Amino acid sequence: MPGTATCKSITTRCLVGGCGLFYASAVFAVLYWFIYPSWPVGDTWIKGFGTVNYAVTDKASGKEEEREYRWNTRALLLEDLGDATNDPQRKEMLAKVQAASYDQIVKDPKMMEFVRSVGKGLFGDNCAACHGRGGQGVVGMYPNLTDDDWLWGGGMDQIHETLVQGRRGFMPAFGAVLKPDQLDDVAEYVLTLSGETQPSAASERGQAIFQGQVGGCYYCHGADAKGLQSQGAANLTDKIWAIADVPAQKSVQDKKAAIKNFVAKGVNNTRIMPAWKDRLSPTDIKLIAVYVHQLGGAQ
Amino acid sequence: MRHEHIETNSGLMIVLILLVISIGGLVEIVPLFYINETVEKVDGVRPYTPLEMRGRDIYVREGCYLCHSQQIRPFRDEWLRYGHYSLAAESQYDHPFQWGSKRTGPDLARVGGKYSNQWHVQHLKAPRSVVPQSIMPNYPWLLETELDYSDLASRMGALRATGVPYSLTQQEYDANVSRFGKVVADQLDISQAQDSLMKQAHEKDFDGIPGQITEMEALVAYLQVLGTMVDFTKYDEGYFTTFR
Repeated sequence: MPGTATCKSITTRCLVGGCGLFYASAVFAVLYWFIYPSWPVGDTWIKGFGTVNYAVTDKASGKEEEREYRWNTRALLLEDLGDATNDPQRKEMLAKVQAASYDQIVKDPKMMEFVRSVGKGLFGDNCAACHGRGGQGVVGMYPNLTDDDWLWGGGMDQIHETLVQGRRGFMPAFGAVLKPDQLDDVAEYVLTLSGETQPSAASERGQAIFQGQVGGCYYCHGADAKGLQSQGAANLTDKIWAIADVPAQKSVQDKKAAIKNFVAKGVNNTRIMPAWKDRLSPTDIKLIAVYVHQLGGAQ
Repeated sequence: MRHEHIETNSGLMIVLILLVISIGGLVEIVPLFYINETVEKVDGVRPYTPLEMRGRDIYVREGCYLCHSQQIRPFRDEWLRYGHYSLAAESQYDHPFQWGSKRTGPDLARVGGKYSNQWHVQHLKAPRSVVPQSIMPNYPWLLETELDYSDLASRMGALRATGVPYSLTQQEYDANVSRFGKVVADQLDISQAQDSLMKQAHEKDFDGIPGQITEMEALVAYLQVLGTMVDFTKYDEGYFTTFR
């Protein structure tokens, strides 16, 4: 038969000409089928002899368990995550941070060094989109985390709480409650609080609205206008402005207008800090809290 | 047939190459349709509400998938950056899926709930106003264009034909009630689609413009639900390895 002759000649040529690789790969393929998941069979597949060892916390008992499981990429990931030879220093420091209290972390220079390096990545991934890479924020939208003014408190516990449960800024809109000239008076008064302008007849009328039942601003901002962190109410007596962009305005008229517009509109559903407790691990939250705390404006 | 004969006859070679490749493809793809463990058994995954579905249409229309993938692979670096790897179950109602492999921007499979609605609106309108180093284009027209939701029935009907359980009959509706609960079943009902779209837009006000339903409203609603349907704290991490 002519076919036999051809086949024989190809085989001969192959073996002589270095076609051994072809046969070696055929043998490798068969071995591969036995070790790794391969051929589908009915409603399942050949799972292979290969195994992966990983540690996992059992949901029912809450205990750490060592498991051996058939080779697959998901088990391989768990093995990789638990592998002690992967960045052992990082794991050691993470365990240390996990066990330490906020006070202990702040006092330990080595842990703080770790927080600054790991925290930078966590902050970049999760926080920088709003608060900026350096935590400088955007006036009117996202609070600056590097200044001394904290709407919800700059203590470690308060930052922690802000991260865990999120925050929802709220201020009623006074546009419908107060008349335009009353809004003018309130804005005039607010400007005197931080020394932008000197008290006048208008600011005194504004003070009466602020401190009285008509405006009731003091409920949240306090009689001394220093704010109330439990309500996220801003301190109005310093020169730091989180929402109305007063420093950017050149004239007193514009400064007043910025405050007036904001008081008329209020805040509803627009200043929301997401809750991170379901997205980040407690240790990550701790790292970010310390990182934010050390950005500059900590209390 | 001599090998030389195939190599010197390109028409024949094309036919044979197609034959060989399609065998490879079929062997890899077809079994996934009848293997029991392809789609993980998890609670919480539901089809998109009419508003989210329209948001998804806009996502596809604007070509977001050209730069953003929606698939977190089971690797350590992706796990650390994006969170839990994606499950097949999470895109079971996606037609077509948005997995992708091109990441000019970040993966969006778990972007839901990560940022506030206001951030999304601002970021889509002018990305560089919140992320100075971003190279994403501006999408200002989303906020200026009213959402067209006059053809929800045919859009949902088309998805229903591909197997998404949007309900047309009382029987399908009842099945959805027992599967997803009444609130979700109402949102998946094609006859109530316009009402539920308006209701969701009114309650959540994703675009920050009360009383107006813009394309931004739908897109943000869609982005905010991505990757949030499965509660991973309910499962032992080893559970997902049993499906592969």
